[in-house]
Amino acid sequence: MGAYTPGLKVTPGALLHFSRRLPLAGQVEAKKGDRVKWDQVVARTLLPGRVEMVNLASKLGVGAAELPDILLKKEGDKIEKDEILAYSKGFFGFFKSPYKSPITGTLESVSKTTGQVILRREPQPIDIKAYVDGVVEEVEPNQGVVVKTFGSLIQGIFGLGSETGGPICLACQKPDDTLSAGAILPEHKGKVLVVGRLVTAEMVRKAAQYQVSAVVAGGIDDSDVRELLGYDLGVAITGNEKLGVTVVVTEGFGPLGIAQKTFELLKARVGKRASVSGATQIRAGVIRPEIIVTDLDGDWENAQDAPELELAIGCAVRLIREPHFGQLGKVTGLPVQPEVIPSGAKVRVAEIELDSGEKFTLPRANLELIEG
Amino acid sequence: MSEPKIRSILATDCGSTTTKCILIEWGEDGYRLAVRGEAPTTVEAPAEDVTQGVLNAVREVSELIGRPLLDENGELIRPYDREKNQGIDIYLSTSSAGGGLQMVVGGVVREMTAKSAEKAALGAGAIVMDVLAVNDGRLPHEKIELIRQLRPDMLLLAGGVDGGTVKHVVELAQVVGAADPKPRLGIAYELPVIFAGNKDAQEPIRETLAKKTALEVVDNLRPAMDKENLQPSRLKIQEQFLEHVMAHAPGYPNLMKMTDEEIMPTPAAVGSIMETIAKRDEINIVGVDIGGATTDVFSVLDGVFNRTVSANFGMSYSFSNVYAEAGHEQVMRWVPFSLDERELRNRIKNKMIRPTSIPYLLEELILEQAMAREALRLSFDQHKSLVTGLKGVQKKSDLSALFGLGDEESDTLIDMRKVNMLIGSGGVLSHAPRRHQTAMMLIDSFLPEGVTTLTVDSIFMMPQLGVLAEVHPDAATQVFERDCLIYLGDCVAPVGRVKPGETAMEVQIDGEKLTVRGGEMIVKQRERDLGPTQVTIHPARGLDMGAGPGTSFQCELYGGTVGVIFDGRGRRPFSFQNAVTDLSEKDRLDYLSKWNESLQLYPDFKGAGH
Repeated sequence: MGAYTPGLKVTPGALLHFSRRLPLAGQVEAKKGDRVKWDQVVARTLLPGRVEMVNLASKLGVGAAELPDILLKKEGDKIEKDEILAYSKGFFGFFKSPYKSPITGTLESVSKTTGQVILRREPQPIDIKAYVDGVVEEVEPNQGVVVKTFGSLIQGIFGLGSETGGPICLACQKPDDTLSAGAILPEHKGKVLVVGRLVTAEMVRKAAQYQVSAVVAGGIDDSDVRELLGYDLGVAITGNEKLGVTVVVTEGFGPLGIAQKTFELLKARVGKRASVSGATQIRAGVIRPEIIVTDLDGDWENAQDAPELELAIGCAVRLIREPHFGQLGKVTGLPVQPEVIPSGAKVRVAEIELDSGEKFTLPRANLELIEG
Repeated sequence: MSEPKIRSILATDCGSTTTKCILIEWGEDGYRLAVRGEAPTTVEAPAEDVTQGVLNAVREVSELIGRPLLDENGELIRPYDREKNQGIDIYLSTSSAGGGLQMVVGGVVREMTAKSAEKAALGAGAIVMDVLAVNDGRLPHEKIELIRQLRPDMLLLAGGVDGGTVKHVVELAQVVGAADPKPRLGIAYELPVIFAGNKDAQEPIRETLAKKTALEVVDNLRPAMDKENLQPSRLKIQEQFLEHVMAHAPGYPNLMKMTDEEIMPTPAAVGSIMETIAKRDEINIVGVDIGGATTDVFSVLDGVFNRTVSANFGMSYSFSNVYAEAGHEQVMRWVPFSLDERELRNRIKNKMIRPTSIPYLLEELILEQAMAREALRLSFDQHKSLVTGLKGVQKKSDLSALFGLGDEESDTLIDMRKVNMLIGSGGVLSHAPRRHQTAMMLIDSFLPEGVTTLTVDSIFMMPQLGVLAEVHPDAATQVFERDCLIYLGDCVAPVGRVKPGETAMEVQIDGEKLTVRGGEMIVKQRERDLGPTQVTIHPARGLDMGAGPGTSFQCELYGGTVGVIFDGRGRRPFSFQNAVTDLSEKDRLDYLSKWNESLQLYPDFKGAGH
């Protein structure tokens, strides 16, 4: 097998592209070539309102087929909360009781078969923002835009919470510092806070309390994730958690120092505004959490996209399984023939050298390219 | 043997992670597997074109066989040209990439029409994301939200027997209509909805859904309480899968042009080959295909085929879900060393976020195989709970009903005593470093009863053979028998409660007498090439091999790569399942160590940390 895990990008400067799409067809609010700011709306739509299904025929004591005749409104009519929609038949025309609309919205449909009416609430507007400063590169009519920008990108391995942003701030001195919740302070409000090798559930709660925008750490314990979410995360699809703060983990689960290169880049961008997302999706179109700091001062629009890296001799790699989990090294050889590893399996391997000079072979599948 | 028209067959299976390609060639002894290649699947960004991965896998096959299969434009060379030594005759493919076929199904009553709809969708190769029913306990607006959030590829709606009440199924259709559902792939086309319910409801259903969805109407899948008619729905689902879903998946329109036959959903193809084998050999089969994201279980019992997909049990993408569902204790009962829960949780989550990494240390392999046992067990439990008799049919009361034992497990039609063969497929079973490990994983998770032949798909090629079976059944069965199926051996397991250390059965095999005690596993090495041997088994009092409790039982056994495995751990209950968790840590480790030793599962394992 030639498989290896595509790398997480950690780059000080690259051309970046962000697809900003609506969940449902709507209007695009920007043109190709427009310069946009991160908080600018680039597309919007109306999400159909929630519906109320009411069996009006049984409520009014009439047959389903009679319903259209006694309704005061037609399908498609606007309705107001407490507006009378129909009267019951009553006795000989007396004692009629009204049925008042429970919502403001539209009378969507009336069924002569079931006696059911569907009332739909007012639609809800959905705005899609640019997320980063940049230029609209592409417009997909009714669906959204692609924003092109230039800047530094740090992809994490796992995150929680949605898009946010703020100035980068270091709470730790070194990438493998262990901090406690006490290190999170009121002045961190609105910041993207780097906290070292481990973020705990208590730290996340403290960060949410002080309205910190995002917390960045090397690792998180799964038991803390469970405590925060209230359930065991079965499939890695995140981004909609309501924790009050976004979490980005750069290395993995457990206490793991932030990779030196990642930490140096964060340190170099202290004080600059970062766009951050915790959304993670491992399958069906990989999405990784990310930290982006745009830099649009130079002649960036003519920059070229960086080529996708392939596993080759000299590549910098992160080792992603025991016994060297979390360590960084470089590829010194790629033997063609498969080799037997301690588990007994025969697999394609790579020869690795750590910064310390230690050398060994590992399955190619257990390497992650460090790109950028 | 005269040379057939089709001599060279190329087939791919586009999985969620890897595209596997096999080349089958006709030779002097019929059809045989020639080579196999693979490449990462490219259905997702950045490539977003499934054909790239297919062509990469074909290139690997081409290099391995040493003959051009693609021309300078990257097109397949067809037909095979012996003189120029190039090309192939036909090309076929299956696919489960991009998440496979994801469906929501609905019916009026959860245990009746909704369950029949679920069976129809699963049988067609779909992953069922949710089952809606009028009595599922959710309010209409909750169902509407759910349909919107799930964004399935397709929806199957059933409900009502023919001539029965129309109202309830129309109510359900109104819920679907109100959700105004959008398909998962692309927002530019209408969601296919199949209605297979009460024929009297067809008109009101059209009124409710025809304007909002791509509605198709087929015959009622439950025309009467005591009758299921799933085939029209299954065929329509597969047709819609190709016309709508595949046509919108990245690169699939091109792939559809490349193939000589229609692309089949992978699980449908695997099911097809298992059904073919069961019919041909007149045997009952339970099969499993454990993938990265999903685990499919198949059964053919007395000619009746059933298939279920456990969408969230698998060895890579769904790894963490197996742990979440099974729980720490259930996983650890298979692990012959102690591990702190916090440490195990972090390891499992690290695999979840880097799903294609593989175990390097033996200790990690043992952990993954423990997880595989649980994934297989949970998926088989789901299969058993779905394969039941038709609910709603009047039955005579029996003792179990009287004592309230009529739950899904006891209602299942899967009787392990009737199963002649267990077939395992999927990376963790096909690529286990030792076949003994595969055999033990199958035994521990399926708990076969009586005498059962254990087999495994050698290199994971059943999907391709399944689609081949549709167009060239001879070639498919020849390759299946010669190159695909590996006979691991036979499992002999009497049914009943055993006591630790007491005799469970006495066995006479090849002139040798064996005593198997409660809690013991004994392996008699025996290659299949030796031919059959007559075996006599005397189960202890209260234990049953199929001839009655305590009654001697004779049969022919063949053995295989591992041999004949005598399992003295009891069945119903599998005594050491509960006992192991109640045992002291030392006793638990002792039992595992004995089983590991007798089956030579991990000969190099010296305890954790070594």
